[in-house]
Amino acid sequence: MWKKIVLALIILILGAGVAFFVFKSEPKLNKNFTTASSFLKNHPFRLGLDLSGGSHLIYKADTSLVPANQVGDSMSALRDVIERRINLFGVSEPVVQVQHGGLISGSGEQLIVDLPGVTDVKQAIDMIGQTPLLEFKTEAPKGTPQTATIDKDGKAILDVNSQFVSTELTGRYLQKATLEFDTNTREPKVNLQFNDTGTKLFAQITKDNVGKMVAIYLDGAPISTPVVREEIPNGQAVISGSFTPTEAKQLVGRLNSGALPVPITLLSTQTIGAILGDHAVNAGVKAAFIGFLLVALFLILLYRLPGLVATLSLCIFISIILALFKLLPVTLTAAGIAGFIISIGIAVDANVLIFERVKEELRSGRNITDAISTGFSRAWFSIRDSNISNFITAVILFWFGTSLIKGFALTLGMGVIVSMFSAITITRIFLSTLSFIGEGKVARFLFSSGLSK
Amino acid sequence: MPDFCFPAGLVNKKIMFIIKHKKIFIGLSIILVVLSLLSLFIFGLNIGIDFKGGALTEVVYKTERPIQAILDKSLLALNFGSVLLQPTGELGYIVKTRDLNDVEHSLLLKTLSPDGNNALTEMSFNSIGPSVGRELTRKAILAVILISLAIICFIAFAFRKVSKPVSSWKYGFIAIISLFHDVAIPVGLFVVLSHYYGAELDTLFVVAVLTILGLSVSDTIVIFDRIRENLKNQTAIAKINFSEIVGKSLEQSYVRSICTSLTVILVLLALFFFGPVSTKYFALMLTAGMFFGTYSSIFLASPLLVLVEEWQKKK
Repeated sequence: MWKKIVLALIILILGAGVAFFVFKSEPKLNKNFTTASSFLKNHPFRLGLDLSGGSHLIYKADTSLVPANQVGDSMSALRDVIERRINLFGVSEPVVQVQHGGLISGSGEQLIVDLPGVTDVKQAIDMIGQTPLLEFKTEAPKGTPQTATIDKDGKAILDVNSQFVSTELTGRYLQKATLEFDTNTREPKVNLQFNDTGTKLFAQITKDNVGKMVAIYLDGAPISTPVVREEIPNGQAVISGSFTPTEAKQLVGRLNSGALPVPITLLSTQTIGAILGDHAVNAGVKAAFIGFLLVALFLILLYRLPGLVATLSLCIFISIILALFKLLPVTLTAAGIAGFIISIGIAVDANVLIFERVKEELRSGRNITDAISTGFSRAWFSIRDSNISNFITAVILFWFGTSLIKGFALTLGMGVIVSMFSAITITRIFLSTLSFIGEGKVARFLFSSGLSK
Repeated sequence: MPDFCFPAGLVNKKIMFIIKHKKIFIGLSIILVVLSLLSLFIFGLNIGIDFKGGALTEVVYKTERPIQAILDKSLLALNFGSVLLQPTGELGYIVKTRDLNDVEHSLLLKTLSPDGNNALTEMSFNSIGPSVGRELTRKAILAVILISLAIICFIAFAFRKVSKPVSSWKYGFIAIISLFHDVAIPVGLFVVLSHYYGAELDTLFVVAVLTILGLSVSDTIVIFDRIRENLKNQTAIAKINFSEIVGKSLEQSYVRSICTSLTVILVLLALFFFGPVSTKYFALMLTAGMFFGTYSSIFLASPLLVLVEEWQKKK
């Protein structure tokens, strides 16, 4: 008996802890949010575009000219470039996804760009549409005035950019870059292949700069500064250095996209103003709260003491789900909130099934403790069946859906799984600790309900 | 809930009433389904831009909304094809056009606010290319097929054990019929709503249909399971009065069937009345689906089962 009470207390404390985390990690609910620990600060709810306001763009990538086995590479290169471009712009938490064509998703390669907080579509489109700039620069002649800044520690920092001067050679003349591993040292290196014009330009540059550095600039920042060993007439260059394989791969991706292997066209745009998003959030929270109150009222009026216990485990269910939304994190959309609200209703299904069984057992003359344990074990099959069908739907919807459907399927599916735990395990532990109230008339009243005789 | 407060004998009579007058209830369901299908064919589906492509722009004016006729005229001059202007709220308009690129989009905004003093805020802009719409349509159809197949497999699995006097595939078949009933009526309701209130068939509509499939199938299975459990407990198969056993099973399970649905309907109603605008029709459809899902497992599926058994006997 004591063990059960201790277990129930532990669950209560854990549940309260989870609720406390959810509460404290919300800026709106925590007055001292600015001074809160970084763990709390780093876990706000992640709101989808329809709630936070922002732009959702779908681009079609024309991969018809890319060999089939390189489509994946060029798409991720494209994504990297656009991601960096957006980061330069200072958008917080942008999402850039590649959607590969195929049997299920159909039509071709697509790039999906989510920009929270950006409601000026035109600006967003301009920002993404820019062609990445790849430049080759040579060392500035000796005696060129160099700019230097002095930082707060008193050290002079030479401005790298003033050491190099631009040449005519840019990413426009790059045919492609490939990743290779040195046969002897196993070191990764990056091969560049220029086109005809680029080959001539590169030959000239290397001829003039033997023994000096040639800097490769991407979007105005140097990404590599190899030293030229000899003139290179065939338009092939190798950048070797102390790369890790990942770095080298990244560089190849960037260089290839500098040459823009895949042209993109805008297919669809969606912008939601921040005001509309705010309304939706407030309405969603209100609906969730009222929905919860209705269900709690229903449970307590109908099932009395067990109903109260079920409401308590429903509270723990809600805390766990909200904490998971924060920790995973789950991007919440209006449809996602709907999924969550529906899962509040489904979560108590299992409790209703159990309590109805318990009532049946009580009626057939068992004592309260026995009725509870048989009720739980007999209701299990019905609970399993009613959850399986919901879970099937959620999984298929998640697998198929666009981001909107995914949000709904994810919150509903999570609700189904967590509710199995909360409604069965937690309610059972709580109820079993209540057996101390004995078998008197009052106890019988508390455990039966107004629904039946 | 005074409805539930009947002594056992009375409840039994009430339940047997359903079995006795099963043809009336089955007929009622048939009428509702036929009406839904009729409205579907008469009104047609009002397909939204999610599936057919197009653009939807919502603007709200700061002080005063311009007169619709004047805007209509200047919008016509843009040559965007058919432009539909709908007033929304106190100060807003929703503009429906074909899909727009960013140049056309800013042109549209300029037209909506011709003189600078009538400033507006763009609440939302949604432009979907026809190819994206086609892709989504394909996905939606595939999802409907897959989920229907998965649910049918689930039903087949749930009824895999042979039972007498009605063979198990008939249970499964009736479960599927009532599932069709549960989906058809909310769809009919939506079609009527979309005809009179302009609701559009969007992604959420498809999600609603699929979720109804998942939510309502379990109710029927729970009651059928009870029937077969009670049949098993009967010692002499020959003596079984099938309709009485169905009635007994219904009596044992109808309260919790209604209660489990009621909790979901409660939260759905909260979502409908207080939730975000974008999920209003979604919540309404699910409420209808949930309601008819429970209704059908008590008033359609079980009576159908008895009817099938009676036909078998006559043969």
